[in-house]
Amino acid sequence: MAQIIIKNVRKEFGDFTAVQSSSFTIEDGEFFMLLGPSGCGKTTTLRMIAGLELPTSGEIYIDGEEVGQKPASQRDIAFVFQMFALYPHLNVRGNISYPLISQGMKKAQVKAKVAEVANILGIEDILDTPVGGLSGGDRQRVALGRAIVRDPKCFLMDEPLGALDAEFREHMSEELRALHDRMNATTVYVTHDQLEAMQMGDKIVVMNHGVIEQFGVPQDIYDWPATMFVANFIGSPPMNVLHFDGAVQEGAQAVEFGGARFAIPQQNEGAAGNLVFGVRPEHVTLSDNAPYRGRVEAAEYLGTTQIVTFDTPNGKLKARIDAETIVSPGETTGLAFDPRTVTLFDAASGRALKSHANMGVLGNG
Amino acid sequence: MSFSVTEPSSRTKWFAGTLVILYAIITIMPLLWIVATGFKSPSDAIAYPPKVVFEPTMEGYVNLFTERTRATPEMLEEAGPPETWYDEIVREKGMVISGESRYGQRFLNSVIIGFGSTALCMLLGTAAAYAFSRFRVPLKDDLLFFILSTRMMPPIAVSIPIFLMFRQIGLNDTHLGMILLYTAVNLSLSVWLLKGFIDEIPVEYEEAALIDGYTRMQAFTKVVLPQAATGIASTAIFCLIFAWNEYAFAVLLTSGTAQTAPPFIPTIIGVGGKDWPAVAAGATIFLVPVMVFTILLRKHLLRGITFGAVRK
Ligand SMILES: Nc1ncnc2c1ncn2[C@@H]1O[C@H](COP(=O)(O)OP(=O)(O)OP(=O)(O)O)[C@@H](O)[C@H]1O
Ligand SMILES: [Mg+2]
Repeated sequence: MAQIIIKNVRKEFGDFTAVQSSSFTIEDGEFFMLLGPSGCGKTTTLRMIAGLELPTSGEIYIDGEEVGQKPASQRDIAFVFQMFALYPHLNVRGNISYPLISQGMKKAQVKAKVAEVANILGIEDILDTPVGGLSGGDRQRVALGRAIVRDPKCFLMDEPLGALDAEFREHMSEELRALHDRMNATTVYVTHDQLEAMQMGDKIVVMNHGVIEQFGVPQDIYDWPATMFVANFIGSPPMNVLHFDGAVQEGAQAVEFGGARFAIPQQNEGAAGNLVFGVRPEHVTLSDNAPYRGRVEAAEYLGTTQIVTFDTPNGKLKARIDAETIVSPGETTGLAFDPRTVTLFDAASGRALKSHANMGVLGNG
Repeated sequence: MSFSVTEPSSRTKWFAGTLVILYAIITIMPLLWIVATGFKSPSDAIAYPPKVVFEPTMEGYVNLFTERTRATPEMLEEAGPPETWYDEIVREKGMVISGESRYGQRFLNSVIIGFGSTALCMLLGTAAAYAFSRFRVPLKDDLLFFILSTRMMPPIAVSIPIFLMFRQIGLNDTHLGMILLYTAVNLSLSVWLLKGFIDEIPVEYEEAALIDGYTRMQAFTKVVLPQAATGIASTAIFCLIFAWNEYAFAVLLTSGTAQTAPPFIPTIIGVGGKDWPAVAAGATIFLVPVMVFTILLRKHLLRGITFGAVRK
């Protein structure tokens, strides 16, 4: 198993830059998520790690060895494709043993190895069936079997659950995570589903338009987004962003807008102009006597909680509050925000302003 | 069972079945007539009204494969009694066998040239189609259009330049010349058809093979080729049928050593113009290789001939 280091890696297709100079490190044994919207360069990044695409510039280290320009066959990695890529002319056993045969392994040994993998994945009973008629889940397991049978340095998975229906995804994602914990193999996993990333990942890289927006553990990325893109991409509903014109000084502990004053974490940098006040829905509370007012537009009941949408002077705002609280559309109430969780952004650059609270996290990125 | 979208009603099946059988009868009649004529005597072959029931004879086949001369009594004396069944047939007509005809050799030419050009065409076509399908080839679209455009006029339209060219470089009446010519004519078809088939194979299969430790070449032979087998088989049949049946170029460019069967068969009829059974026998035998080849590849053909509508 191995550590993977991505260093200043860039990828251009003709005039188009699919991945801008990117750097991050995937530690040995980590379950690592590459997260971002469609077309942001996740697959391209993963394929560069695999050696299916060679970077235009930059270095890739797997297990300390620079492999940036090496072909895939020399990297000792396993790749699980989105559409599984099972060889249709082989049966399940044939598919799983394929990588072993390419290494010239002895027949008996191959047999034992395939049996072991089939046991791990619970697919002993379908070993001799053709792959054509398999269900999505079984195809997925066979694809995983082909990946793990070889004990590679790491696993690369490109939206491996993308082809499954929602219910089954849930189940398979647990199975995958359990498998990972059991084998402790470095895994790089591409997804555009932020929930999946948050649930499964040890660490997450958030990408957008070929640029790495943020890199860190799920909790940090959720609590302290480095950019407005991340704030908006992670969480459902996402972080509220209230636009206002104003200024904050370095060391400030409050901002003023909309006729109210809000406490914020102590700022490490000042800014002025078009600013953004970011707060997660669960950190909004209703408070009758708060000076900042919002009018209730709609309430979405979710069982124990509800999502209430407010119209405020600085735009729409969603609050996640107790389902028991009674709100009725049209009424106006006061809104308060948990001062410890607020992030300010510079609207022009989309960057989070550094504060005492997010310092440690943004320092990484 | 009630109405179903995929399962035709029994009435529809009957109707479709009858249509197919009718069509089969219409297309197969001339073929059966030729096969039958091969076993008729020359007079039966030209009898009017045509004979459907006749006494079969091997005379046509014997005439096809032999050279014969009219026998004088001394010659018959010298030769002694007929030794084989075909000797006997010839003697009955007052002739003796003077040698082997050239049909066998012409037939062999057809085999060499037909299968040779098909093999070469598949080799080049698969390689080109793979490259067009998988690699970034500069001017790809223009090249593909150019390749297709070679079929936009009938090949025979360029027969005169080809004739002169072949004469100049000594390819006239050679196996190599004919193989190259038929390959050139068929290549555009095979590149286009095969590209379609290879496009259908997800590139992930090869990438999976690359990651599993195979080289690009191994990925091609072990993953792409087996999956393109259907396409290759059906394309090969098209190429073979063209090369096998081609007449115009063969007449123009071959006369001896490399002459194929199609231009030779009409010459069997001889000066008197009455040996139709021998011609029919020649045509019948000529049909066999393509039929066998097609039957051998039948399994692939059924799926392949729907042009890429391969099930996923
Ligand atoms: N071989 C290629 N040639 C040209 N452009 C490419 C190539 N491969 C990818 N791209 C472009 O690079 C960008 C990033 O592609 P990539 O497949 O990495 O996105 P992704 O994040 O995986 O998206 P998705 O979620 O849709 O899979 C896209 O705009 C895509 O069109
Ligand atoms: Mg992708």
